[in-house]
Amino acid sequence: MTAAVEGISRPAAGSGRPAAPYMNPYLAGVGIGGILLLAFVVMGRGLGASGAFSTVVSVAVSDFAPAAASSNEAFARYLGDGTTSPFANWILVEIVGVILGALTSARLAGRFHLTTERGPRAGVRARLAFAFAGGTLMGLGARLARGCTSGLALTGGAMLMPGAWIFIATAFAAGFAASSLFRRQWL
Amino acid sequence: MSMPFYANGLFGDGAGLTFALVIGLAFGWFLERGGLGNARKLAGQFYLTDMTVLKVMFSAIVTAMLGLFWLNRVGFLDLTSIVVPGTFVAPQAIGGVIFGIGFVMGGLCPGTSCVSAATGRRDGFAVVGGMAAGVLLFGLLFPVLRGLYEATPLGNVTLPELLGVRAGVVVFGVTAMAIGMFTGATAIERRINQGGGRT
Repeated sequence: MTAAVEGISRPAAGSGRPAAPYMNPYLAGVGIGGILLLAFVVMGRGLGASGAFSTVVSVAVSDFAPAAASSNEAFARYLGDGTTSPFANWILVEIVGVILGALTSARLAGRFHLTTERGPRAGVRARLAFAFAGGTLMGLGARLARGCTSGLALTGGAMLMPGAWIFIATAFAAGFAASSLFRRQWL
Repeated sequence: MSMPFYANGLFGDGAGLTFALVIGLAFGWFLERGGLGNARKLAGQFYLTDMTVLKVMFSAIVTAMLGLFWLNRVGFLDLTSIVVPGTFVAPQAIGGVIFGIGFVMGGLCPGTSCVSAATGRRDGFAVVGGMAAGVLLFGLLFPVLRGLYEATPLGNVTLPELLGVRAGVVVFGVTAMAIGMFTGATAIERRINQGGGRT
């Protein structure tokens, strides 16, 4: 059964080189915290991710239905005042960096594989459907909460923002509470 | 010298965006190095089989928090020029619940879905697509959701201001809580691994 081994670290196809082990999680955390601190010190602002999705989606909506986008505050606030490109945006550019940084890191570590991460009992189609549905819920939740794990939990958490800690608490509580429903996807 | 540089006009928007790219490169690098492009590792947090999410997240928060606190304390950084985003209790609590269910369902969060997709994972692309759909859905539903979105505002306050205690007290509390969780996570990992569970 190939399903049991898919997604587990294994040698890069054809290279004969085993994937490097992951970094110590505390070291990775201190690295990310240091980057967040640098962003605060230099720019006076933190990290983010969901804002990049908001920008791209808002521009797409604006291309299809300009009037509907400009009259809806949820989209309009990501389109700017027309004097600069909506893409000249701190979070969007930062996410382009995240993609390039992750790609570089994975290539150098022999961890770039076309694969689908899933539990041994999960089918590929089901896993992708759950991934899409989970992403949809996170898109809704992040917009409602005004941020996600990066922009609200990490950034707001470090600033001791009450709403960030409320979000961290309810997100983890809900994740643990719902975990039994999705056990087949993972274990 | 006064920080943050950007807020004090030390450089312009073009330099700011270049810096955003550099910050992003480093962020993506550390996320991938820590294994956070792998949905199984992230989902493992919710089944207590993998504590990476907790360890990375709280060591990042504590590092940045201690940095902000001490740089402000020694007068190197002007914290008043860094605006704390406004807290909205109900939408951030409910948004967190929806987000948490989506997280264990998809196995990735918005930032790590970009890492997952960038490293060749199809499920990463699916979460990215789902995120876009969710953001679109929120926009379409915004006329209905607006009341909730703007409900229960507390303003741009911090926890120390809200609780009426010195910042150092909350900083100490968060640090102690993180160390407590790291200790607990290590103990749980040891027990699960001894019990013949997966590593």
